[in-house]
Amino acid sequence: MSVSTAPPAVSTQRPGVLARMRGTEVRNLGLVAVLAVLIVIGAVTSENFLTTDNLENILVSSSVIGVVTIGMTFVIIGGGIDLSVGAIVALASVWATTLATQSYGPWMMALCAILVGAGAGLANGLLIAYGRLVPFIVTLAMMVSARGLAARLADNRTQLVNEQGIKDLAKTDVLGIPLMVIILAVVAALGWILLNRTTFGRRTFAIGGNTEAARLAGIDTRLNTALLYVLSGTCCGIAAVMLLARTTTGSSTHGNLYELDAIAAVIIGGTLLSGGRGTLIGSILGVLVFITISNIFILNNLATETQNIAKGLIIVGAVLLQRRANRDTT
Amino acid sequence: MDGFTLDRRRLLAGSGLLGAAGLLAACTSNEPDEPESTGASQVANTGSGNDEPGQEVVIGFSAPAADHGWIGAITTKAEEEAAKYEDVDFQAVEGSNDVNQQISQVETLISRNVNVLVILPFDGNALTEVGIKAMEAGIQVINLDRVFSSARGYRTYIGGDNYGMGAAAGYYLAQQLTEKGVKDPVIGEVQGIADLPLTQDRSKGFEEALATAGFKVSNKVSAQFTVESGQQVTSNLLQAAPKLDALWNHDDDQGLGVLAAIEQAGRDEFIMVGGAGSRNMMDLIKADSGVMKATVTYPPSMAASAVKLARLVGQSKGMADLVELGVPASITLTSETITKENVDQYLSLGFES
Repeated sequence: MSVSTAPPAVSTQRPGVLARMRGTEVRNLGLVAVLAVLIVIGAVTSENFLTTDNLENILVSSSVIGVVTIGMTFVIIGGGIDLSVGAIVALASVWATTLATQSYGPWMMALCAILVGAGAGLANGLLIAYGRLVPFIVTLAMMVSARGLAARLADNRTQLVNEQGIKDLAKTDVLGIPLMVIILAVVAALGWILLNRTTFGRRTFAIGGNTEAARLAGIDTRLNTALLYVLSGTCCGIAAVMLLARTTTGSSTHGNLYELDAIAAVIIGGTLLSGGRGTLIGSILGVLVFITISNIFILNNLATETQNIAKGLIIVGAVLLQRRANRDTT
Repeated sequence: MDGFTLDRRRLLAGSGLLGAAGLLAACTSNEPDEPESTGASQVANTGSGNDEPGQEVVIGFSAPAADHGWIGAITTKAEEEAAKYEDVDFQAVEGSNDVNQQISQVETLISRNVNVLVILPFDGNALTEVGIKAMEAGIQVINLDRVFSSARGYRTYIGGDNYGMGAAAGYYLAQQLTEKGVKDPVIGEVQGIADLPLTQDRSKGFEEALATAGFKVSNKVSAQFTVESGQQVTSNLLQAAPKLDALWNHDDDQGLGVLAAIEQAGRDEFIMVGGAGSRNMMDLIKADSGVMKATVTYPPSMAASAVKLARLVGQSKGMADLVELGVPASITLTSETITKENVDQYLSLGFES
């Protein structure tokens, strides 16, 4: 593939900006190449692919899962995993659309969703960091129970959003850009600053790389870890608000399999599953790759099953490619 | 069948005369009564004598988890129907989407010695054996909607018509498009879960009905019966087809998402037909303000009918409007097309998604 020629060229550059483009950045270049190939395939196979409407549609479709993936990236870089994201999105969407919550208006609905997300994340974080339980188990338990609670709250019904203010979020453009995409961009930008320009971000990398060393270096690893899950939960809350607008409903079936989609995007985005290394940009690119594949398949009227096979192959291919890029640069 | 001969012997010997008189009265009195009754579910009740309190029947009920509107409605309609009868003791077990768990729940009901079982299996094939086990233990089984793989597993089957549902949607759209004089229409289809047999039956009916007018499906996508997936695939479908003439969505539960996507894309150049018959969609059809013009039914009220049948079977009665003394072995409901013209009749049967 054309991608594999890129890393050596980059790695032999003189010191400076390019010299820092090692490891994860190189992987991002690989993903950009994958995305470019997909765009070419899309443009060749369907005349409706390269239209403003469709590209906008791809970005908007990426927005909800994109926000969830940003939170997931933090957790995975910090050496954890969050299996409960989809269930938290469902719970937040249901809680925010109960008649009681809706009576307070759109702002309170949004706040409610975000608080529910943050609260569930806090529960995860406390159990993992201070209860010393394995993240896999804790978030698995949260996944099951949050969805159960969502179903109980909604009484197994789909709850309609009655507030026009929320529904309008999905139809609003700011300077010609859909608000959904702007929300994703803002969350991504804030996330990037938090991860790369603050102590919290550097500590997260340190903890994910080696928790014991981080602890000995004087980092409050437990507080930091707990905050990572709160962050992930908050992202789920924001995603839930976006989903309320997109679907005009709250339901315990919302966010189905988000955990897998988010983890897959993070991994093909070049973040190590064992933690300590990764980028947000890679994760966002990962989301775009998956959403673009779905889009191309639907534009070409192909069945969903083949789409899933293609996604599986891309995950394996991307990881193999990254390993190679990694070897070439180090 | 053993159970049936026993039924008939009892009917003829004991309460037979009374029962027969009741049946006769039903057949005559039903006709003048019919126009007066408004609700479709009430029709069968009028004057048949079958609703007179009789011998007490213990009915066990098992269905999948009520995780979406349609199954939720199945459970509530069954409960409501049972509550109408003093002579019915209704024992429902908690719904489950795990076939293994549903099997053990049915076994529990068998060991409780209920008289009749109403079973909507999560998977018809997987629950067949326990259905046979119940029948062999002398418990009559009413198999609801998802059919067992062996007829030995049930006394009576009652369910919807997936092929007919697709066909009804296809005929309606074919007729509408032909009337408008559309040549070579672009027709979209939003399926539920693609690999389920019921989805394939629906799509087959749809395609074959469209073919009678020389039309075919241009764009087909599959969702997951959930609102979110409906929104997601439809937003892509609308990109794949920049101009549509018609759209059929298999399921009104996911239809909320389908409609959200249509509204967000600002599209209104086509007509849309839904599936199942939810209250939301009926309200939209009645309002006639958007793309939603019709829905083809797959009514959860079948659960209420199943409870009625269970009671009749348990009391060894037949169906008043039929000549035969026993309840039939199989009943398939028709899929009706609800449009603005007839929606008022159906409003009471709509279910909340």
